[in-house]
Amino acid sequence: MEVLVILVPLALALGFAGLLGFLWSLKSGQYDDLDGAAWRAITDDEPVSGQGRSK
Amino acid sequence: MQADIDFSHYLKTTGVGLIHLDLAVEGINCAGCMAKIERNLSTIPDVTSARVNLTNSRLALEWKAGALDPALFVSRLAELGYKAYPFERNDAEIQEARRAQALLRRLGVAAFAAMNVMMLSVPVWFGNVSDMLPEQRDFFHWLSALIVLPAAAYSAQPFFSSALSALRARGVNMDVPISIGIVLALATSVIETVNHAEHAYFDAAIMLIAFLLAGRYLDQNMRRRTRAFAGNLAALKAETATKFVGPTEIKTVPAAAIRPGDIVLLRPGERCAVDGNVIEGRSEVDQSLITGETLPAIATPGTAVFAGTLVRSGTLRIRASAASGGTLLDEISRLLDHALQARSRYLRLAERASRLYAPIVHATAFLAMLGWLAYGASFHDSIVTAIAVLIITCPCALGLAVPAVQTVASGALFSSGVLLNAGDAIERIAEIDRVIFDKTGTLTLPELDVANLADIPDDVLKIAGRLALSSRHPVAAAVARRAGVASPLPDIQEEPGQGVHGFHEGRPIRLGRPSFCGADNLANEILCRDPEASVVAFSHGESKYAFAVRQRLRPDAAEVVAGLARMGIAVEIVSGDREPAVRLTAEVLGVHEWRAEVSPVDKIDRIDELARQGCKVLMVGDGLNDAPALAAAHASMSPVTATHMSQAIADAVFLGERLAPVLAAVKVSRQALRLMRQNLWLAVVYNVLAVPIAIAGLVTPLIAAAAMSGSSVIVMFNALRARTREAA
Repeated sequence: MEVLVILVPLALALGFAGLLGFLWSLKSGQYDDLDGAAWRAITDDEPVSGQGRSK
Repeated sequence: MQADIDFSHYLKTTGVGLIHLDLAVEGINCAGCMAKIERNLSTIPDVTSARVNLTNSRLALEWKAGALDPALFVSRLAELGYKAYPFERNDAEIQEARRAQALLRRLGVAAFAAMNVMMLSVPVWFGNVSDMLPEQRDFFHWLSALIVLPAAAYSAQPFFSSALSALRARGVNMDVPISIGIVLALATSVIETVNHAEHAYFDAAIMLIAFLLAGRYLDQNMRRRTRAFAGNLAALKAETATKFVGPTEIKTVPAAAIRPGDIVLLRPGERCAVDGNVIEGRSEVDQSLITGETLPAIATPGTAVFAGTLVRSGTLRIRASAASGGTLLDEISRLLDHALQARSRYLRLAERASRLYAPIVHATAFLAMLGWLAYGASFHDSIVTAIAVLIITCPCALGLAVPAVQTVASGALFSSGVLLNAGDAIERIAEIDRVIFDKTGTLTLPELDVANLADIPDDVLKIAGRLALSSRHPVAAAVARRAGVASPLPDIQEEPGQGVHGFHEGRPIRLGRPSFCGADNLANEILCRDPEASVVAFSHGESKYAFAVRQRLRPDAAEVVAGLARMGIAVEIVSGDREPAVRLTAEVLGVHEWRAEVSPVDKIDRIDELARQGCKVLMVGDGLNDAPALAAAHASMSPVTATHMSQAIADAVFLGERLAPVLAAVKVSRQALRLMRQNLWLAVVYNVLAVPIAIAGLVTPLIAAAAMSGSSVIVMFNALRARTREAA
């Protein structure tokens, strides 16, 4: 059961990392346009250069 | 026309030499539009970012400060086939967005905590029946506490604060039993963990919070979406005003940029975009959007004019005022405050349910504890059982029952052209048994139109329309619009107050007052038949015609009135317009109950009288004079052409020329209310099944978790039926 000493902190750290990832995505406005985001994934051409995320 | 817009009010400088502009774009409805617009605008030199938001049909642009003229974007979009207007998010929308984001953040925290706790809980559930050491179990419980306590303290704040404020006001709302349940579940779990007990309910508590936050977020998201759409509509109207920037110099600016004290010029044919007082000039004005009165009034210096007033004959100068001294507006605001207070006393279905629910559940838990004590169980065991009852009855399904249906139903309403303003609008619209329509602008279209097309040959209409293009008079504009022509006749002179004249195919041609065209007889004939019409005459050589111009009924008004009657809803017309006009409309539509020349106070009185008789009234109106009645009625709707104040007060706004959305709103709302009730009953059935198990002391954390998520999923699926039935 010594393996818990490694696994439990690891599991907690992973969960925490996931939460931080979510908070970052929320803050950077990735949930502002859910309809558009669904389609952006399948547009076949490269985004035009110089086009960045608006924020 | 669009290039005239002054963009400076909307431009924002962001960071290092970049300029930001938001545009509301009409017609974006697919991914293709999105890609096309972004690709095209990104090719303009100096543009650093062009990003379409498909959810709310908006375009965010950023470019390097310099020579680039923002009007270029609008004309580029016009070439692509989209109408675009600059817009500014209003305070209400910004607040809704902020609230939605805060809820989503709390939901994220609660959901991640729930996932991680499950990872710890599942081994404990299975370990309890196999070979887990008590020390390991305690360790897992402590870890759960470490995750859940801070997460719950953060994410459950909306419930705690709402429950506290309800208790402070000596009331009970849904959040009181929720908060009690959460706090007790967490407290017991901590105590049980300290005492090395077998069961802890950390997972159930955090899952409950996550489910309830999901319900809240759905509700908030629906409101935010409607606000964004309403904001776009306001921007697409592109209200501008001609402002004096110097004693003689004028400039066209967006209406939003007008400040109190600014002097605004109004020319014939223009609709006033601000409230104010006339300081110079004299003109006939059409106040039908404000008072419902279709006959024009005379505006002279000192007269108060309101946003929505149409100037017919002369030019006016107006001083804009925030709080207009106009008696009408003052009276309306006073009536409005009063009516809105009354409305806030409406109890939503969920609140009524929780009023019944909280005492019953708390009494059951208390009785369970007493019962076990009397039966001879230890004090500790009795309390644990009582708390298990509270946890399993915690209104998870109840919290989702109403918002889930509301979200789905508002989507269905959205697609039939109805935007909801108020969260409880669906419930109230579903309950109505009588509809009161205003006439002007509600049953009729707000724009003037030619009524006697049958009497006019097509080619005459075309020529008259081309001639009418040279006049700014709204009645002439109606003729031009109906003729659907775009090329004005050359060399036309305007005779102020009389009409326009010139030559066409070698013969004199005139359009204007009947006396100006020598067509008094024709005009009198029309006025005898239809005293409400404005007559504009047309002569070409010796042939003379007269156009009867009036506000036309909405194309499907009669069908909608009949449809409402079939549903058992009484229909009534209450208008501020004069008797003959209202009587005529009522006869055409087959409405037996109507009242004319009704003041705003009398409109409210009529609604109150009906309310005393037990009727629940849906008021449909658009004018400023309808605003108090819209607030006083049980539920209310406005067309999107209504005055700002009426739109803000109405529970729902409907789009387009047709009246059908009113009928759709009633139908969808009724079905949604049925589903909400069903959902509440499902929650009750769930409780009836689960509570005996809890009282018997058989509820383990595993059962609590399964029961809670099971009931929530059932309620969600039931809510989805609001969409499928609508499609059928």
